[in-house]
Amino acid sequence: MQRRTLLKSSAAALIAVSLAGPALAQDPLKVGFIYVGPIGDLGWSYQHDQGRLAIEEEFGDKIETVYLESVPEGADAERALTQMAMQGADLIFTTSFGYMDPTINVAAKFPDVKFEHATGYKRADNVSTYNARFYEGRAVMGTIAGHMTKSNKIGYIGSFPIPEVIQGINATFIHAQKVNPDVEISVVWAYTWFDPAKEADAAKALIEQGVDVILAHTDSTAPLAEAAKTEGVIGFGQASDMLDFAPSPRVSSIIDDWSPYYIKRVQAMLDGTWTSTDTWGGIGEGEVVIGEITDAVPAEVKAEAEALTAAIADKSYHPFTGPLNKQDGSAWLAEGEVADDGTLAGMNFYVEGIEGDIPQ
Amino acid sequence: MLKLERRPAPSRLWTAATPVLAVIATMIAGGLLFAALGKAPVEAIRTIFWDPLFGEFASYSRPQLLVKAGPLILIAIGLSLGFKAQVWNIGAEGQYMMGALFGAATGLAFYPTDSVLLFPAMVVMGAFGGFLWAMIPAVLKLRFGTSEILVSLMLVYVAQHIMSAASFGMLRNPEGMGFPGSRNFQHYPAAFNSELIAGTGMHWGGVAALGAVVAAYVLLTRHILGFHIRVAGEAPRAARFAGVSPVLLTSICLGTSGALAGLAGLFEVTGPAGQITTDFASGYGFTAIIVAFLGRLHPVGILLAGLLMALTYIGGELAQLTLNLPSAAVQAFQGMLLFFLLAFDVLANFRIRLVGSKSVKGAGA
Repeated sequence: MQRRTLLKSSAAALIAVSLAGPALAQDPLKVGFIYVGPIGDLGWSYQHDQGRLAIEEEFGDKIETVYLESVPEGADAERALTQMAMQGADLIFTTSFGYMDPTINVAAKFPDVKFEHATGYKRADNVSTYNARFYEGRAVMGTIAGHMTKSNKIGYIGSFPIPEVIQGINATFIHAQKVNPDVEISVVWAYTWFDPAKEADAAKALIEQGVDVILAHTDSTAPLAEAAKTEGVIGFGQASDMLDFAPSPRVSSIIDDWSPYYIKRVQAMLDGTWTSTDTWGGIGEGEVVIGEITDAVPAEVKAEAEALTAAIADKSYHPFTGPLNKQDGSAWLAEGEVADDGTLAGMNFYVEGIEGDIPQ
Repeated sequence: MLKLERRPAPSRLWTAATPVLAVIATMIAGGLLFAALGKAPVEAIRTIFWDPLFGEFASYSRPQLLVKAGPLILIAIGLSLGFKAQVWNIGAEGQYMMGALFGAATGLAFYPTDSVLLFPAMVVMGAFGGFLWAMIPAVLKLRFGTSEILVSLMLVYVAQHIMSAASFGMLRNPEGMGFPGSRNFQHYPAAFNSELIAGTGMHWGGVAALGAVVAAYVLLTRHILGFHIRVAGEAPRAARFAGVSPVLLTSICLGTSGALAGLAGLFEVTGPAGQITTDFASGYGFTAIIVAFLGRLHPVGILLAGLLMALTYIGGELAQLTLNLPSAAVQAFQGMLLFFLLAFDVLANFRIRLVGSKSVKGAGA
């Protein structure tokens, strides 16, 4: 009797195991994210987390998401990624440049897990890279800035002198100068992505120099808060919409929207069609969104900015179209020539007309 | 009514017992915090303290404990010598960065080489970098009477800027496509601080940390210098009569803690971190202050405290992953640990009396 029960129960166990097999295969796809800042930063990490929420919304119980926030770059990132992979993540988005080498190292140890690294340049069979063409948004901001400045001085708070930021400075200046040949641009390097105190200091220094339009490539709202203190100074939202400062000083914004890309990649995983790719989407792909242009901007300027946005979106216009010279006067792009992605990805020079040097 | 009464000497029993009590109190208060966040408290505590050691993936996380604890212990041992002598080096984070920079620069200056002398030379330069950075507050204190607390702390921010400048300039990887950061030491075998036995997490930094624990223990219990350090802290006037030179003692304490922090930085940059970047420093120098006090400034205590701190880091990460705890909750949990330790310290230095009652409550007195 007892033996029979035993046999029965072990048979039941066997059936359970064999049933669990296919059930396991239909386990939700586990998607992991690691963020360099807290998800409440209302900037870079916040926008990536919005992307995570968007895939949860889109795919419901077909997927499950996990995340780690405020993960320092370097050794800690490697451990965090390894733990995430061991906990069964199938697809992991590593959302900061400094995660590049850790991502490649961990990906080599987990060939069955797919990785997506933001803003880097190293790929492998199971590592894709993705980035957004923020400079497309800067071209629109530059156009507005060129029209709006009364002192003909616009200021730019740079985070770090890396190609992505230099693209933004160049795109801003080129388009501001196009509509206002007298315009000058001053760049202040903050050497941080997120430090409200430093960003406020940088904005203050720019305003004292007579700057009346401020662009920031750092993620906090501090530059806008600083601009709000002086009559006639305007700025733009960066990374997220920063609508709290509308209609002025925030007259428009560049929003990072990672949702379309994340949805596409998760869909590829579900379909089994995921391959290692390098994606660099912009306004056309919906990764860079221009926030609402407020009434503080004259209607004709708004119309011009919207026309430019549309032209960039349908690829009829590229923000880096010749003739353009480098800062030292040497020729870069001939009439009608368009910058290639390789040059942009490694951009380490200013275009002609920008004063000052890029720190080396 | 309760009344605190100072003990003639700190109770030895309570001195040893308070860290354990603090850990237990942290677990209880942390459990309440996690429960308030809507997470199962027991499961959260188990994830933090048990899973990294004995959980499903412990074979990975146990070695990681050593990797994380190594630099904490190495730095905290150096700091404890100074703290015992009332020399307050708060800037170990800066010395850690400078050690990493000096050592890494030495290695990169000879790139590419396969000389076996390279790594030892980098180790010496790493210790020297930290030593040099710590001697700035030492000299200023001795010469002009400045506070070593402020100067060493401010020098952390200076070191951070030098770190940034180096990763964008002098030490930038020429093959890095214009991005900041040095070459990765993983691809530079002569300069790489690899695991000594694969899969154990034990690299030269861990060996150095254990060596420092033993050396500090011997120094403090067997050596006249250790005696001087203790006397200078406990009875500065008596120390002066005993012929202890404050100049020498301050220099030794700051210099040693700087050199050890520099070593920790060197082992980290050439090993787990792999490269100089703007974000290289991730707070080891500050966390080590907590470790030193949690370990009661005693070498063996620091060894245990370093491992415990590493456990909360790795367990905290696991809890974020498996239970979706916010990282701020984990940081608050670590903060509670120090808070309770300092709070329970009252019991070591004071006894609690019930005023108006004849019975004296003071267990272990």
